[in-house]
Amino acid sequence: MSTEPLTASADSSPVPKKSLADSAFARLSKYMGLRLLTMAVTIAIGVYLTILIANMGGYVDTIMRNDIRDTTTQAILANPQYRNLKSEEKQKLIQSKIASEEKRLGLDQPFAIRSVKYLINGLTLNLGRALHMSSDHGSKEVRLILLERLPATLLLTGSSELILFFGSVFIALGLSRKYGSWLDKLTIALSPTSAAPSWFYGIFLILIFAAVFKVLPFGGLVDSPPPTNKFDYALNVLKHLILPAVSVIISSIFLSIYSWRTFFLIFSSEDYVEVAKAKGLPPRDIESRYILRPTLPNIITNFALLAITLWTGFTITETVFVWPGLGITIYRAIGAYDTPVIVGSTIIYAYLLALTVFLLDFVYALVDPRVKVGA
Amino acid sequence: MNSIKNTFRDLLHYPSAVLGMTFILLLLGIAAYALATIPYSEAVRLWRGGEDVWYQNPRYAAPEWYNAFTKIKRPISFRANSADGGMEKIVTPASEDISSVEIKYAFDYDYDTPPQEMMLYFTTTYNQKLPFESIIWHTPDGRDIKIANTAVDRKTTYRFSQDPKLQKTLKTEQVMNALFMDMKAEKPTIIKGRYEIELVGMTFESGSDINAEFVLHGDLFGVAGTDKYRRDLLLPLLYGTPIALAFGLIAALGTAFLTMIIAAVGTWYGGWIDELIQRITEINLVLPFLAILIMIGTFYSRSIWLMLGVTILLSIFGGSIKSYRSIFLQSKEASYVEAARAYGASSWRIIFYYLIPRMIPLLIPTLVSSVPGFVFLEASLAVLGLGDPLLPTWGKVINDAFADGALYQGRYYWILEPAALLMFTGLGFAMLGFALDRVFNPRLRDV
Repeated sequence: MSTEPLTASADSSPVPKKSLADSAFARLSKYMGLRLLTMAVTIAIGVYLTILIANMGGYVDTIMRNDIRDTTTQAILANPQYRNLKSEEKQKLIQSKIASEEKRLGLDQPFAIRSVKYLINGLTLNLGRALHMSSDHGSKEVRLILLERLPATLLLTGSSELILFFGSVFIALGLSRKYGSWLDKLTIALSPTSAAPSWFYGIFLILIFAAVFKVLPFGGLVDSPPPTNKFDYALNVLKHLILPAVSVIISSIFLSIYSWRTFFLIFSSEDYVEVAKAKGLPPRDIESRYILRPTLPNIITNFALLAITLWTGFTITETVFVWPGLGITIYRAIGAYDTPVIVGSTIIYAYLLALTVFLLDFVYALVDPRVKVGA
Repeated sequence: MNSIKNTFRDLLHYPSAVLGMTFILLLLGIAAYALATIPYSEAVRLWRGGEDVWYQNPRYAAPEWYNAFTKIKRPISFRANSADGGMEKIVTPASEDISSVEIKYAFDYDYDTPPQEMMLYFTTTYNQKLPFESIIWHTPDGRDIKIANTAVDRKTTYRFSQDPKLQKTLKTEQVMNALFMDMKAEKPTIIKGRYEIELVGMTFESGSDINAEFVLHGDLFGVAGTDKYRRDLLLPLLYGTPIALAFGLIAALGTAFLTMIIAAVGTWYGGWIDELIQRITEINLVLPFLAILIMIGTFYSRSIWLMLGVTILLSIFGGSIKSYRSIFLQSKEASYVEAARAYGASSWRIIFYYLIPRMIPLLIPTLVSSVPGFVFLEASLAVLGLGDPLLPTWGKVINDAFADGALYQGRYYWILEPAALLMFTGLGFAMLGFALDRVFNPRLRDV
């Protein structure tokens, strides 16, 4: 018995390794579970706040009332049983149905109770019906209107963010190697240009490439009529994607490169990097193992923050480029005073933000050794 | 005081800082000029004014300096009024009641295209008998064209292009072409030279008088041009400056100081207060900032000051609270704070006299760099159609232009002018903020 620890340490490294992996997985899932829980609570509070702000003027109540009135009126008018009723009697019937429906849904209850109901509706994306707008398929469900627009927004955000992020990190790595060169100085000099948002550059890009040189379209997702061939369609979308994506990239790339470059420079003066250099390791190895690896958690945090700031900016970029995403839907909803759509899109945005934060937390947990070993 | 001087001296080593400060000073100058020359109520009245205020301006006129860059010189709008001596006016009494009022105005026309329209606005005073007016047009090549003979009421507007009688006498609907061009030539061109408009009036009562205002709508107008509603764009460009600066600076100052105070209070007291502040920060991260502003703008009020308040409120619990907190956690343990605690300083005293002042050098670059973000936020809201309904701002000009398809129609000045001002503001503060960051953070200075 007394020899057991000795043998264990002597021959079998797999055993403790396995248990370590086990515990790492357990820790990871525990961590993620905890994060998921806090994120759920955070979203709930965020959506509740949104509802509070929206309902300060009774707007959510109105959404509910309209919804009830629409559905009951439709149901009664469409019902053959009531066809022979006089219109007055029909109206009376509709009114009484609406009243009972409102009571059933608790619209006569105090706001504290009602707001909880709205919160549940919001969290389950039960967003009510639009007043004026409708989806391309003709539905008036706010949820459908917004979800239909989501892919276009994701295409624009996804493509521009990935290019922006990887582009800036790798250019910054290159610059940090050649720091002091004219290219480096140029990047520093250009970094204040990131003070302007993407829609601002979008206007200039439209002016140059669409209005003056007429090489790229003013806006939209595809030409009208759209190409029938799938390949041509994709190419056409790509052509329309260039200007909005480039405007997003221009609006933050220089500052992004600048901050990464500074960050890498500070890290590359750490002692362990100096030791690696002294050992004569090739620069690529130094970069990937000694600079990138330890800074990975910071890089990911920054990516999350970048994603969050960009989410907001897309509302206006989409409007300027008539890109049929979530942003322009909000813009149109403002114009049409379509309150359910505005409240609904706020909730969708809250979800998107929370999802971004959560996803990046997850990646963070995968790469941060402190989470893995539970320090 | 000395440290400020040193900072300033350090700043002068950075060309970007000098350029940034020049931009900011220039903008402050414009803002001061705008506020001094146009009172708030006057700015709102002009901006909201319709045809009655802006009738003298053409629609969609590009700025005058366009002519410097084009080969074809387009006409510049102008006006002249006999009431203020802008037009020569001679009154000759003929008898007790009757007198003749002769108004003349001569101008040089050296442009290559005819004007859009010409108008005469008559204002007359009389009791019963309407004054009578003959309008005569003299061209440089010696033609005298009778434009119209008409009785003029108290307020009469005469539009040259819309007079069917004149169209008949000139045998064309293109009245402007006929008045300014040599129509007999094979290729009619503008006759350049001195034109004269002569108004021969008769009044039939004693005390009766005629005044006229001559307005020529060209293709170009003023320093900044005009928009769809004939408004002079110089007004929103000038008056937008103090508004943009006020919004940016108040939002940046408010956010920076409140964030710092909250971070300091949180770290000093620790425990549940600190915990609460951190949770609020996390929730705030998930709140869609712009969507909430849009909601408030649509449902409640588009007042710029309400937007400013909400912006500050939503920005206080931003990501910077975390970085402030980590620094406060260190300085909380510093020996000078310990000393303050030993002599019995209250918590508030320690927070406001010991913790926060040490952070101000760190705060200043962040504060300056955050100004452009807020200036552009105001413009962004305006571009979404949520700008303040009363005030003339840069963002509203961009919004108007965009909604009217200025880019498609080639009216670039309409968008480029406010955009250039926005760019100057953004670059000015960003460049200064960058330099300040390097001055105050020595760690950045070597890299």
